[in-house]
Amino acid sequence: MATSKTWDMRVLVALVAVGLVAPLFVYPVFLMKVLTFALFACAFNLLVGYVGLLSFGHAMFFGFAAYVAGHLAKVGTVQLPFGFPGLGWVWVTIPLPPLTPELAILSATLVAALLGLIVGVIAIRRQGIYFAMVTLALAQMVFFLCVQAPFTGGEDGIQAIPRRPLFGALPLSNDFVFYYVVLAIFVAGFLIIYRTIHSPFGQVLKAIRENEARAISLGYAVDRFKLIAFVLSASLAGLAGATKAMVFQLASLTDVTWQMSGEVVLMTLVGGLGTVFGPIVGAGIIITMQNYLAGFGEYVLVIQGVIFVVTVLLFRRGIVGELIAFLGRWQAGKPDGQSELTGAGRARPAE
Amino acid sequence: MFELLGVSPQALFGQLLLGLINGAFYALLSLGLAVIFGLMNVINFTHGAQYMMGAFASWMLLNYLGVPYWGALVLAPILVALTGVVIERLFISRLYHLDHLYGLLLTFGLALVTEGLFRREYGISGLPYANPLPGGINLGFMFLPWYRAWVVAISLVVCFGTWFMIEKTQLGSYLRAATERPDLVQAFGINVPRMITLTYGFGVGLAALAGVLAAPIYSVNPVMGANLIIVVFAVVVIGGMGSIMGSIVTGFGLGVIEGLTKVFYPEASNTVIFVIMAIVLMVRPQGLFGTPK
Repeated sequence: MATSKTWDMRVLVALVAVGLVAPLFVYPVFLMKVLTFALFACAFNLLVGYVGLLSFGHAMFFGFAAYVAGHLAKVGTVQLPFGFPGLGWVWVTIPLPPLTPELAILSATLVAALLGLIVGVIAIRRQGIYFAMVTLALAQMVFFLCVQAPFTGGEDGIQAIPRRPLFGALPLSNDFVFYYVVLAIFVAGFLIIYRTIHSPFGQVLKAIRENEARAISLGYAVDRFKLIAFVLSASLAGLAGATKAMVFQLASLTDVTWQMSGEVVLMTLVGGLGTVFGPIVGAGIIITMQNYLAGFGEYVLVIQGVIFVVTVLLFRRGIVGELIAFLGRWQAGKPDGQSELTGAGRARPAE
Repeated sequence: MFELLGVSPQALFGQLLLGLINGAFYALLSLGLAVIFGLMNVINFTHGAQYMMGAFASWMLLNYLGVPYWGALVLAPILVALTGVVIERLFISRLYHLDHLYGLLLTFGLALVTEGLFRREYGISGLPYANPLPGGINLGFMFLPWYRAWVVAISLVVCFGTWFMIEKTQLGSYLRAATERPDLVQAFGINVPRMITLTYGFGVGLAALAGVLAAPIYSVNPVMGANLIIVVFAVVVIGGMGSIMGSIVTGFGLGVIEGLTKVFYPEASNTVIFVIMAIVLMVRPQGLFGTPK
């Protein structure tokens, strides 16, 4: 295990080093977009790659947290409905001033965690394909709630979200400053996921992925493990969405659609399901592609579909997964370095 | 005229009829999904796109070749089913030995490609399709348009025909046997791969038929399938894919419930099916007609 972990750390240090100098060469807003989506994809990958649960509705956490962060940063005051359909609603108003960015992002992450808890309790009652359908359907429900709820601004979304100074000191209105904050958020989120995967908790998650019946018979409360993983994944997806809303000063319906859920699946698949760095690579590729193809309109959809088909048919392990498998084969000739690398690259039990 | 809970009977029965029609589409689509899933263990994400293709096929047959509605009703499902057969042979058949999730991802990609190409060609504003059965009958408490009555009737016939074929004929018994133990059925000399291909084609044909039926009611639109298929997934989860009759009953039932919600609590009409799905999952996770695994 030690070998693969050391390698992971070396790659991470190299990536952070690249991240630190990147804004000197590339437009920082573009880099922030890549980083928020990379965090989103890493959060999604925690679930599909290490628990074997394919969520087809992760946009609900990403997009809903974006709305919450935007609303809290711009307006503040929260109105919550209590009551039952048909019997009438009571609106409880919590007067709040517009929040600072750190509080807005933190609160939105907590709301995403709460949403993840509710959705998770319902969704983990089914496995496999049904789990994908259930999460997709629940995400569509959240989409309709966002269309109808008064605070989301309907088709307009929440616009002109203020970028107030972070902790009252760091001027987020400066793209360069904000970029390094986003980089810090990303690295923190990534390390949380990395630590989770390599903890005893993460080992149990992998055991559930490989053979759920066996994990149950070994005495693990499988559903509780799944639920905790789901909530963690939802929170980090929410963190990514809230950060994105602050960066672009916009929260809109686009981020809650099933197309967005599909995009994060695509990013993770292209990069490599169940690989530590795959989602980052995938997010970078897909966002770059969208940037260059923005003028081609409907062809973006077609090209994304073609990438799905080609990836599933030809290189299911994704770019990073194939790379690890290649390095594994290459090292196989050497006396000691064979096992761990190939192990980490194996995407799914059925391969 | 009498009033029920402050709702006029015209509005009530009108929405009920609309609910029945939506229910007919839910039933036809979830039936196709269930037949495909039963044999192939693949959730066909392309189903919504194939429903849309059915509507477009009938529009193209009319506008490019002058084939009227009644011809398209037979031709369009066959044409779309043929594209399904090609897709199964070229792509899906390569994934049977893998985790079922790859089938979902592949068909999702195919749905994106199909939808994108149609959007590129026809835009998203929708194309009109003339009603082949104009007029209707006044039943006293409501006005019943002929075409809507026809849609409900024909989908009931097709649903029960499918049920009869699968549950009561020899061909259906092969199909059910292959669902349980494909290897054993193959050993008896039945060509299971060909059966799978034809089953996929049949399921796709059902989706396309629903599309043809929908064309005169809703406009022919490249995005018409995408949102519908998510609701149909919820319908499938509620019913459980274990039984053919279950799919039919759940489809029609949920259509009617949705229609009633539009009358009595319109704000929830978009979400009511998803709420029911959540409740069913908490109470009976395998679905109303499903069997615990």
